[in-house]
Amino acid sequence: MPSPLSREDVAHLANLARIDLSEAELERLGAELPQILDHVAAVQEAAAADVEAMSHPQPISNVFREDVVTPGLTPDEALSGAPESEEQRFSVPRILGEE
Amino acid sequence: MHELSAAALAEKLVNGETTSVEITQASLDRIDAVDGAVHAFLHVDAEGALAAAADVDARRAAGENLPTLAGVPVAVKDVLTTIGQPTTCGSRMLEGWVPPYDATVVARLRAAGLPILGKTNMDEFAMGSSTEHSAYGATRNPWDTTRIPGGSGGGSAAAVAAFEAPLAVGTDTGGSIRQPGAMTGTVGVKPTYGGVSRYGLVAMASSLDQAGPVTRTVLDAALLHEVIAGHDPRDSTSLKAAVPPVVEAARSGDVSGLRIGIVTELGGEGFQPEVRARFDEAVELLTGAGAEVVEVSCPSFVHGVAAYYLVMPSEVSSNLAKFDAMRYGLRVVPDGVDVPSAEQVMAASRDAGFGDEVKRRIVLGTYALSSGYYDAYYGSAQKVRTLIARDFAAAFEQVDVLVSPTAPTTAWPLGEKLDDPLAMYLADVATIPANLAGVPGLSLPAGLADGLPVGFQVLAPALADDRLYTVGAALERLLEQQWGGPFAQHAPDLTEVVR
Repeated sequence: MPSPLSREDVAHLANLARIDLSEAELERLGAELPQILDHVAAVQEAAAADVEAMSHPQPISNVFREDVVTPGLTPDEALSGAPESEEQRFSVPRILGEE
Repeated sequence: MHELSAAALAEKLVNGETTSVEITQASLDRIDAVDGAVHAFLHVDAEGALAAAADVDARRAAGENLPTLAGVPVAVKDVLTTIGQPTTCGSRMLEGWVPPYDATVVARLRAAGLPILGKTNMDEFAMGSSTEHSAYGATRNPWDTTRIPGGSGGGSAAAVAAFEAPLAVGTDTGGSIRQPGAMTGTVGVKPTYGGVSRYGLVAMASSLDQAGPVTRTVLDAALLHEVIAGHDPRDSTSLKAAVPPVVEAARSGDVSGLRIGIVTELGGEGFQPEVRARFDEAVELLTGAGAEVVEVSCPSFVHGVAAYYLVMPSEVSSNLAKFDAMRYGLRVVPDGVDVPSAEQVMAASRDAGFGDEVKRRIVLGTYALSSGYYDAYYGSAQKVRTLIARDFAAAFEQVDVLVSPTAPTTAWPLGEKLDDPLAMYLADVATIPANLAGVPGLSLPAGLADGLPVGFQVLAPALADDRLYTVGAALERLLEQQWGGPFAQHAPDLTEVVR
């Protein structure tokens, strides 16, 4: 049985998922997720230990093709949706800490 | 004109009785007249559609030999990328984004000469069963505009049901083509996983997503299926196999000697009696046409929704990580931070850009994949997926196709399940197993229950998509004899609906 999620648990998950949830959202998800988890936990009893896992409908491993040069996007096309760009590059906020 | 099937329109085009410009204009006029009441479209590209239509007309006039559906307009779910038209996925995250490339499905529509009318509404990033989770407002069911059209592809289904387009393309991850088909009285097909390229289909759950046709007749679905299917080197999961002979099957519709299995687990508790009644009547018609009908048990299907709501959110949490506010899409700079970091901008943008259902699934998936819970949740769900695939394999040793009602109920009133995610999830109980196993499925209208459409589902083994069309065509023919014409002719007149 899943244990109820604390507000801190949900905040931790939201942080892992990089979503800055509001207090109200944290509270609502804290109430909803245990209900959903309670339902989906049925899979734990249904799945015997010796059943293999299936991640995909097709039993494929690596798919290779010839390394053929084909036309791609121009820099302008590739940057056409960028929130900000500069000198044919995506312009992003600072990545490193301030110190 | 706008009420004709795509096959009938194609024939008129070949015979020179009409032009693509005329047909496309008729669709655009219809959209003008009724989309205020239905809201099937997020974007209409009248200019582009008419230009494509004029081009097809000129090529036909010049004596060029054109593909069957050339000149017949189509609507495309807003989850498939389109050069020159916005692709929002029903999300604020992608508001106004115009992709620099076409999805393979879209490129094939263009190459086959189908003018693209516009982009249809959907639950945000295809997450939902009612199209109420669109950031741009709900789509309404043409049969009763106070009700949901199903989802996530409610826009494509409603556009076709309301005669705004003869054809549409949808995508189906847990039922998003078939369940809206059931709700709106249209035909919807989820092809075999890998049968249609996913290149340019904005991924929700990559191991489940599949694009397919949304139409008013079984033959139209087959004709569209043939246009969009086939191997694509740009999608590593695209099958290197011949497209099954779907059009031939839809023209034949011969079910004599075909073995049909009724899935015991899909149709009992939770299914509306009237839905079950229409289903049973349809099965009787197929029996009368010479099919051998037996009941088949697929015991693991009862765990389908639970497994799906672990596998899908897990893939969602990973797939939607790409919306990071860096290269495209919404960028929100958080308040009260002097020099915000990329991480702060990312978190603020994802909070502002995603709606409730998307956030719910990302957080759920993050939990299911997190260390300490992975084996119990995602791992167990993957094992159930194996059990469901084994149930299908065992069933298809006994029968050629499986059948069930497409959805447990008819369309419910707008808003009814918005605050109860679990109740909404259960709307997909009958459609989910096919996605988990990768097998194809079709839904077609089986009649009305209290004035609302009921869907009949057919499931077949992987790469035997043609069997869906054989059964679909047979049943459609028999039902039309009862109804005295196509199902859609019973739809209410939307031009009188107050906007």
